[in-house]
Amino acid sequence: MRHLLGIEGWRRDELESLLDRAQAHLPGKPDTTHVLRGRVVANLFFEDSTRTRTSFHMAAKGLGASVMNWTQTGSSVSKGETLLDTARNIEATGVAAIVMRHKSSGAPHLVAKHVRCAVINAGDGTHEHPSQALLDAFTLRQRWGSLDGRTVVIVGDILHSRVARSNLLCLKALGARVVMCGPPTLIPPGLEAMGAEVTHNLDAALPGADAVMCLRLQTERQSENFLPSTREFARLFGLNAAREERMKPEALVLHPGPINRGVEIAPAVADGARSVILEQVSNGVAVRRAILEVCAS
Amino acid sequence: MSSTVLFRRGRVIDPRNGVDGVRDVLVRDGKVVEVSEALLPVPSSAEVVDATGKWVLPGFIDLHVHLREPGEEGKETVLTGCRAAVAGGFTAVVAMPNTKVVNDSGMVTELVLSRARAANLCHVYPAGAITKGLKGEELAEMGELVSAGCVAITDDGRPVMNAALMRRALQYSTQFDVPIMVHEEDLTLSSGGAMHEGPTSTRLGLRGIPASAEVAMVARDLVLLEETRARLHLAHVSCEGSVRLIREAKRRGLRVTSEVTPHHLILDDRAVGDYDTHAKMAPPLRSDRDVEALREAVADGTVEAIATDHAPHGVLDKLVEFEKGINGIVGLETALGLTLELVHAGVLTAKRAVELLTHGPAKAFGLPGGHLAPGAPADVTVVDPQEEWTVDAHRFYSRSRNTPFHGRKQKGRVVQTWVGGRKVFENGQVGQKESR
Repeated sequence: MRHLLGIEGWRRDELESLLDRAQAHLPGKPDTTHVLRGRVVANLFFEDSTRTRTSFHMAAKGLGASVMNWTQTGSSVSKGETLLDTARNIEATGVAAIVMRHKSSGAPHLVAKHVRCAVINAGDGTHEHPSQALLDAFTLRQRWGSLDGRTVVIVGDILHSRVARSNLLCLKALGARVVMCGPPTLIPPGLEAMGAEVTHNLDAALPGADAVMCLRLQTERQSENFLPSTREFARLFGLNAAREERMKPEALVLHPGPINRGVEIAPAVADGARSVILEQVSNGVAVRRAILEVCAS
Repeated sequence: MSSTVLFRRGRVIDPRNGVDGVRDVLVRDGKVVEVSEALLPVPSSAEVVDATGKWVLPGFIDLHVHLREPGEEGKETVLTGCRAAVAGGFTAVVAMPNTKVVNDSGMVTELVLSRARAANLCHVYPAGAITKGLKGEELAEMGELVSAGCVAITDDGRPVMNAALMRRALQYSTQFDVPIMVHEEDLTLSSGGAMHEGPTSTRLGLRGIPASAEVAMVARDLVLLEETRARLHLAHVSCEGSVRLIREAKRRGLRVTSEVTPHHLILDDRAVGDYDTHAKMAPPLRSDRDVEALREAVADGTVEAIATDHAPHGVLDKLVEFEKGINGIVGLETALGLTLELVHAGVLTAKRAVELLTHGPAKAFGLPGGHLAPGAPADVTVVDPQEEWTVDAHRFYSRSRNTPFHGRKQKGRVVQTWVGGRKVFENGQVGQKESR
């Protein structure tokens, strides 16, 4: 049993072996449905999610596990139950792993300290989203063979993005160079200490990129005055057709979804030839199978 | 009842009176009678304390303590807080007014004072609120609070965001000559923040509280202080920028004093580690550079006092998501050990450390005690500077256990505490049992 609370704390060889395992879970590979047979995986989602929850659900089912789906709506949390009591009660029903998403950074760490089953972080606040980073890395590795020496530009709201943090740690661990790009109000301090290069000029960063990862811009950031308008954001940081021209011919485009079409990415780019956005989604299931296999079996 | 105590051959450190050396200290009827380099004859019926190898110090004074009574007696009471105080070597504490009911009237002040009399352990000096209900809207009756016994006026826990109101509070206070004590935090800058803004908050994905949230308010209040010529005391100063402004204000002769907590001198924001809510406080633990600046400021006299901001909370207040965790840690029973860490590290001399716990705070608030000249109150703390021990939160006299220092090794410990010539703490035992 092992937790996946974040990419932080995992060594390169461990990450590589996890991605190798995911390879074996791609469609058409030998049957692995027995790995978690008879075991229960609990999906604890304190925050809305479609693709991550569905993806973990399918991954668990695919390994033969039963899945308990728990959502905050209609639960005892609305009666004032604490996170720890909820988690302990779920654990007491005999689950092998808790997959949890929570709006507070560090919530899975708190739970992991107080339960005996595996805890898998499916996104905590603005901290980490490790399974997303792993599936992104998996997708890039599928295209490139290795991430060594490649440059990935991550653009958008870095400050509030758990995807950005996990990707920075994961891509760096796997040998890539990571450039973070966004307006100064959405770049947190000390990213360089985590190994990133920082720029506010997307046009200058694009020609050097082997891949560009656009992040979802949450519209409430405008009302919090992080930005003058989404229009201006799109103008300065949106990946549009003109900017696509500046990219290397073979460079890839990623997006963790859900997409604001026309804001952080233009529809033509999102659906274009260099986009691997849907591959990310399908690879998600294989990567999450590998995660459950490593953590819950 | 007449009582006589002779502290024999201890190292007396009394910074106000320039004493640092082996002395005999004779106290009688609650007052210091004589401090002598030569051996004093033992008066008949005197209790003799053999202080050889020990430090005999003025009783410590803590300008910043939350006793939680009235309203949150499950966390602390005046009695349990006083027990924690004397166990930590403190003979006087200033009680913050953010209780539930708020101490914004003479009635609440009197309640705290009567509980303190019943506890009969250490001096408790209440602080009254600046604004009614700490709402930051209308001035509380400062005159009534002062005449009921409040020694400072503060909305601690909250800033006074309205600058005009703050200016009036300072102006108004000059007729009573009490310090206005301020919690400096611009709420528009700290809003939603859970820890210091820096590389650690970035790594943990927690919203940061920038240093400017404190420094901007310090700047504002020093400007208002200059206009009003009042007395301003800055509570729990946490960053380099504040220290710089205080230094400059003092140079220009403004009546500003300040305090730093032991934890802000010992820990930086990396102590949050893996979302440890025991490292969550307001102001937050800052960067290592800020810690360095604070250490310089307590050493060079820019800051007058080490104050604990003793903030008791229940287990459930901390056993939650980091963002939901309540701010604050208990401090009375760890203050000396942490301060001595700075002495062992060469940051402070023993004399300066004692000054920061005694004469410095006494002078800032104009309180009695803090020194041992003849005529001074016989408030005495005896410390064994060699004793090595480990902080055990389960053995705190405080009703709460919220500390990041549980399990920390310390060198130097309080062995006796005397208040008004009466022994209230000795070798781990407080003189009065707690009645729960």
